[in-house]
Amino acid sequence: MLTILFDGIAYGMLLFVLACGLAVTLGLMNFVNLAHGSFAMAGGYITLILVNRNGMPFFAALPIAFLASAIIGAVFERTLYVHVYAKPHLDQVLFTIGLVFMSVAAVDYVMGSQQQYIELPAMLQGQVNLLGINVGKYRLLIIGICGVLTVVLQLILARTRFGSRLRAAVDDPRVAGGLGIHVKGVFAVTFAVGSGLAGLGGALGAEILGLDPTFPLKFMIYFLIVVTVGGTSSITGPFLASLVLGIGDVAGKYYVPKFGAFVIYTIMIVVLIWRPQGLFARATAR
Amino acid sequence: MPQPLARDISRHLALRARWHPLEIAFWVAALASIFLLSSKHLILTEIAVLALFALSLDLILGYSGIISLGHAAYFGFGGYVAGLLAKYNIISEPVLALVASGLAAAVLGFVTSFLVLRGSDLTRLMVTLGVSLVLREIANQMDWLTGGADGLQGIVLAPVLGLFAFDIAGHVAYVYCLIVLFLLFLLARRIANSPFGLSLRSVKGNPLRASAIGISVNGRLVAVYTLAAGYAGVAGALLTQTTQFVSLDVLSLERSADVLLALVIGGTGYLYGGIIGAVLFKLMQDYLANLTPQYWQFWIGLVLVIIVLVGRERMASWWAPLRARLAPDRSRAGGVQSVAPVEGS
Repeated sequence: MLTILFDGIAYGMLLFVLACGLAVTLGLMNFVNLAHGSFAMAGGYITLILVNRNGMPFFAALPIAFLASAIIGAVFERTLYVHVYAKPHLDQVLFTIGLVFMSVAAVDYVMGSQQQYIELPAMLQGQVNLLGINVGKYRLLIIGICGVLTVVLQLILARTRFGSRLRAAVDDPRVAGGLGIHVKGVFAVTFAVGSGLAGLGGALGAEILGLDPTFPLKFMIYFLIVVTVGGTSSITGPFLASLVLGIGDVAGKYYVPKFGAFVIYTIMIVVLIWRPQGLFARATAR
Repeated sequence: MPQPLARDISRHLALRARWHPLEIAFWVAALASIFLLSSKHLILTEIAVLALFALSLDLILGYSGIISLGHAAYFGFGGYVAGLLAKYNIISEPVLALVASGLAAAVLGFVTSFLVLRGSDLTRLMVTLGVSLVLREIANQMDWLTGGADGLQGIVLAPVLGLFAFDIAGHVAYVYCLIVLFLLFLLARRIANSPFGLSLRSVKGNPLRASAIGISVNGRLVAVYTLAAGYAGVAGALLTQTTQFVSLDVLSLERSADVLLALVIGGTGYLYGGIIGAVLFKLMQDYLANLTPQYWQFWIGLVLVIIVLVGRERMASWWAPLRARLAPDRSRAGGVQSVAPVEGS
């Protein structure tokens, strides 16, 4: 029971790190980015190549995965995404689905279609007894890293000048622009960081979520659930939504394996009908 | 004696509904394909099915502006209903089974249509996607009925109308699909050119104003969503009947995305877009799949990205003259000032 809760929390935190970039993209620019999972996949495969083929230590590969995904994200944002921001949602959906298809086929071509495993260092394998329950060391690590990241993100958002600019831009881009905030610049940085976080999540999650070329398609719905259920107006909403989703998914697959996925989707539909702005959204003026 | 205004309006509606020579030529060409391209009937059948599916998506996307990423839900539901009806010999005559499948999908569409009335584009996107995923999960779990991941096998069909048995080269299947497509197209064309179709366009253009002039926005959306679901169900049933097989693949996200792509290639909001798009999409897919069997999705994705970057409006304007002729209301609506339908959105 407690082990399931623990696994669920680890899974949920992972989802949060993967999806929080998407929350900002959607909230700030009202841009439907279905290709977010592709950046996560990029991070996963970069770590895979570094660790398995070049023998780099796992912990050294993680920051590189973050940076590389962030750079890829920034390049795509500046060259391609900027042209699509002002277009209707249908165009955004088509554009990002196209990117997903391309990334799936490209990774399949380069890396093969089989499931990949990152070789973990010995110290991360096995279980450890913590307060009377057996927990996987790797999951403990994930909770640790993701927990620290969440706190750091929250502090950046709440305490720094960049954070207040970002919040202002999310609340009302036009007025923020009028006050002299460079909304596009803020957004480009946030997009890059969000992609980087997704890449880091992909690298960390390869062990738990699996890593194969269809990753962006398989987890697209999960990211979208986190964002739509959590709302895009704060970072706490998506965080709580990820935890609920993670615990619900793990518990659902354990207790009612036949209806696990079914429960998640049904809850999502009910929440969206009940509160289209998300469960934890603040009432906005718009 | 009718009011002058009413007479004026009905005259314009009749003008809009008039058949253009190009339209007649289009269907004559389709008819000719039965005789001239008899070796290509297998892929033509696939095209006809996709065309009907895209036509149904056009009804909700092009005529009422609902973005759906889960339209495969109704396609797959119709497909499974047709498969089960044939397998358990409940209705073995294809045409009756087709009608039953379409009605079943329409009922499902009616029930789920209330889910898409609320919220923004993103909410609708998620809800439609969620509905198709839930259905896929149900079909996956009820393997005693649907065959689960292995698909539904052992579908045997009686001859169409008791006269024409399906042959291995697919000639009967193609003619059958083409006739169904044509009949349902006629119905869709009639509806699109009716006052009801006009009111749909006004709902898409501006829901607030539409409700201000007394149009029940939600009622219109429910009606057109139900209709489109029925069309998609018929398309799915056609696929099952012509391939004598149905699997979870009919409910997948890729199928919803494919039909969206086909419709976007052809252009939304004038009914022929779905059919033209289906032809282009299938030919492209066939060509690419021959070229690179495993990686054709890459090129499909590239086409999508290019379409968006170039801009759908700009692409549509390249062949606007032809398009305007196929959609009579744009070029000859004349006197009555109609609200110009907003492209896409």
